Amino acid sequence: MKVSFTFNDTPVAWDIHPGEVLIETLRRLGWYGTKRGCNTGDCGTCTVRIDGTAVNACQVFTASLDGQSLQTIEGLAGRDVSTGQAVLHAVQENFVRSAAVQCGFCIPGMVMSSVALLNENPSPTDADIRRALDGNLCSCTGYVKIFDAVRAAAEEMRGGNACIARASEGAGASR
Amino acid sequence: MSHDTFRPEFPPEKAEPVTLDPKTFSQVAQNVRKVDGPGLAAGRPAYVDDIMLPHMLYAKILASPHAHARVLSIDVSAAEAMPGVRCILVPPDPVKVTTRQENVITWRVPRVTHTTAGQGYPEPSPYDSVLLDCKVRLVGDKVAIVAAESEREAIEATRKIKVEYEVLEPVFDAEATMEPGAPVIHDQADFNGVLGSNPNRNIACEMLAELPDAQTIEEAFKESDVVIEGRFDLGYAQHCAIEPHASISWLDENHRLVIRTTTQVPWHARRITARVLQIPERRIRIIKPRIGGGFGSKQEVILEYIVGAVTLRTGRPCRFVMTRSEVFVFSRTRHPFIVKYRIGAKKDGMIHAIDMDAIQNTGAYGSHALTVLSCAGSKSLPLYNKTKGVRFHGRSVYTNLPIGGAYRGYGGTQAAFAIEVLMDRLAGVLGMDPCAIRLKNHIREGETSPVFAALGEGKEGTAQTLRSVKLEACIMTGMEKIDWNGKRGKRFRDGSKVRGVGMCALMQGSGIPDIDMGSAFIKMNEDGSFNLLVGATDLGTGSDTVFAQIASEVLTIPHDRVIVTSSDTDVTPFDVGAYASSTTYITGNAVKRAATRMKDEIVNIAAEMLTVDPQDLEVKAGSVVTLDGKRKVSFPQICLRALYSQNQRQPMAHGSNFSSESPPPFAAHFVEIEVDLETGFLKVLKYVACCDCGTAIHPKLAEGQVEGAVANGISYALTEQYAFDEGGRMLNGSFSDFKICSTRDIPPIESWLAPSYEPTGPFGAKSVSEININGAAPAIANALRDACGIELRSIPFTPERILAELKKKAAEKESSGTRPLVKA
Repeated sequence: MKVSFTFNDTPVAWDIHPGEVLIETLRRLGWYGTKRGCNTGDCGTCTVRIDGTAVNACQVFTASLDGQSLQTIEGLAGRDVSTGQAVLHAVQENFVRSAAVQCGFCIPGMVMSSVALLNENPSPTDADIRRALDGNLCSCTGYVKIFDAVRAAAEEMRGGNACIARASEGAGASR
Repeated sequence: MSHDTFRPEFPPEKAEPVTLDPKTFSQVAQNVRKVDGPGLAAGRPAYVDDIMLPHMLYAKILASPHAHARVLSIDVSAAEAMPGVRCILVPPDPVKVTTRQENVITWRVPRVTHTTAGQGYPEPSPYDSVLLDCKVRLVGDKVAIVAAESEREAIEATRKIKVEYEVLEPVFDAEATMEPGAPVIHDQADFNGVLGSNPNRNIACEMLAELPDAQTIEEAFKESDVVIEGRFDLGYAQHCAIEPHASISWLDENHRLVIRTTTQVPWHARRITARVLQIPERRIRIIKPRIGGGFGSKQEVILEYIVGAVTLRTGRPCRFVMTRSEVFVFSRTRHPFIVKYRIGAKKDGMIHAIDMDAIQNTGAYGSHALTVLSCAGSKSLPLYNKTKGVRFHGRSVYTNLPIGGAYRGYGGTQAAFAIEVLMDRLAGVLGMDPCAIRLKNHIREGETSPVFAALGEGKEGTAQTLRSVKLEACIMTGMEKIDWNGKRGKRFRDGSKVRGVGMCALMQGSGIPDIDMGSAFIKMNEDGSFNLLVGATDLGTGSDTVFAQIASEVLTIPHDRVIVTSSDTDVTPFDVGAYASSTTYITGNAVKRAATRMKDEIVNIAAEMLTVDPQDLEVKAGSVVTLDGKRKVSFPQICLRALYSQNQRQPMAHGSNFSSESPPPFAAHFVEIEVDLETGFLKVLKYVACCDCGTAIHPKLAEGQVEGAVANGISYALTEQYAFDEGGRMLNGSFSDFKICSTRDIPPIESWLAPSYEPTGPFGAKSVSEININGAAPAIANALRDACGIELRSIPFTPERILAELKKKAAEKESSGTRPLVKA
């Protein structure tokens, strides 16, 4: 069957298997940015945004996306077309700067949950951050540097800098 | 118990004249950009499962429903008829196999005994495993393997395999399993044991060290004014790396077997896979891409030979990714332990004798059994080194439960819980402050312990005298940060809630002395950059970044001019792998050596170019400069000449390193908790972890190691446990039922890295990765004693356990006439 929706700002119509969940579809089609940690909705590693809300891709039927807007980690970072360098979103950039990336496996999900939080609430308290990321497990960091990263990203985004161009200007947040 | 405010008699130790001044370094001791950080944050395909190969098969296991059974016969004919099925692996004789073999390769795998523990050679773990056996020894043990065109088809087909079992009596209790008449778990003729193995009594291994001898130890106890003892029970835990174990294999254009796998030990994985598949190492290439956390669970060779066998038989790529529930029972766990300690001390608080007896439950197979057991002694006993006598007796036993293995802390975790809780009891008996008794007894710079020489990893150890011990600074700083003197013994109450503080002292090691080896190869490029090739395995720890920093510091360039390639057995030089807190210390020195030789070679080329003596040149900011500063050539000029113009050669260098020392990192952990006396609910309010890891090459990543380990330790202490049904089946193999700390559970964690310099380490570095997981259980237990006077000797500290202890204590107090904290 076919399902039509907006994928990372681009209208798409994907051929999918009925009954397929979103994490399966994404990875079958080579969108490997969304990682799979448990497949049971418990770890948050596969977090994506559907119409702006953070959801676990392993708990959503792909067919249910019809008419909706899906954003994955690939839709967040841009790429400088002249150098090929990644142009990271403020949240991603601050995860790197704060040394919140250890093994990195939970990070795409963490980043998507953080972006969903900061779009809703540009000035989150520590309690807000803890609540928003409660569904995203990390075994490496003890979350300390992740909290640092989200706080720093919030500050940077409040200053109007959502996409940090490290190389040259002109590359947007979308692919 | 005295709660007098403890004031140290001596002033805090002065900062040592350390040769490392962060200001004089440009790359080391700096928070540089993690080399793989941006790509991982962008979600680039980086991990094992982030590729899909044409014609790839998907492998799944048929797992045993029985904890202990003989496999009499397997009928795979219905499975072979299922759509998509291409290959089935079945056990060798004497299992009777019924097969139709139409369009399906059904292969009886050869019986090759081995250990799955990815350790150095010869492995110190018993050879008690085979790829597929005629016996299953735990619920979840592998019976057969199916590879199909899709994962779903593979799972469906495993359900069609008919297996006839002779169900045997299982044994689950670590003490009962040693009794005469207990079911024998490893009764196979080809069992090949290690030190003290006695499979007929389900003993995987046994070791005894009496220092200096049994008589002196007993004398020491007799001379002691106080002798305390206790038994501590620690259950299962799992690493819970967020990336499940995964392997993908294929044949390259030369029909060599390539395995892309989540491994901490590429060379051990290659060696063990070669053994099991009975092909030479040269036909196998192991590639470790980015890894989503390991913590020891990926120091195990479990999946590589399964996918390899399918690929060799079918010629097709094969993928095996564990489900989360498989990770809990089919990968490895933290060994449950029963630890008994007896400690003798003099009135003045000097510890005079220690007697440790450990029973380790290694589960169905003896992976890391001997080495985790010996590390329980060697990573805890040297800390209090001023004893007259020390005894360590350890036994590792088989049961029909999940398999133990390497897990961050590696026996040190279990031992630290027991001895550090007893240290606080001892302090209480002697009326001393817990910090004071540790300061009085802990090992100091220039000192040694006989335990270093007596207990190695599965054999005798290596004597060493310690050169960097900043434990005192850790204790002092922790006291200040937690407000020890303001809070200890105060029992602040808020309704039914009471607060307490606790602490503990810890040590670990940095690599396995005289065994671990790492190596590095470095070559120069025209733009003045370098390729650094290391076998060492970055699991997310940041070791690739640390090596880039070390090499670039030597070569006086920014760290991003060093391109690190790691962990590919075809491309990079050998490394034992990421374990035993070895990577920065062992391989870091190999990198430093290779970079130093590279620098010498660069100077030689520059000397040819400038026609001066190499001694008259120095390397500065990516150029070679004459000592008078008048003439210079840049790295790109040097490399362009060497590659293209005159006396051509590739500027390159290599270095290997092993060490006869394993300088322990030290740590002092402090915690403040609040206990609800009505519900038994314990909340951690604040956690302070002070660690002496030598120079932190990347301070933020080092702090991340501390904080991550602390969080891991807190959930080990408070929530993690395996629940089994009466048949030995794990009931809670998911993240919803096996609780690890989430963002809302974790207390504020403050990490502090002591100024410290280890002379034998690269730029003064020791290790940091394991030690800090060991502190939460004893520190929280000790805070519980401070808050409400109970001593918990089993983890996790669930509200039920705490409440039961509170009631027991209340009943004791009532009978002795004192006012209880809670009603019995």
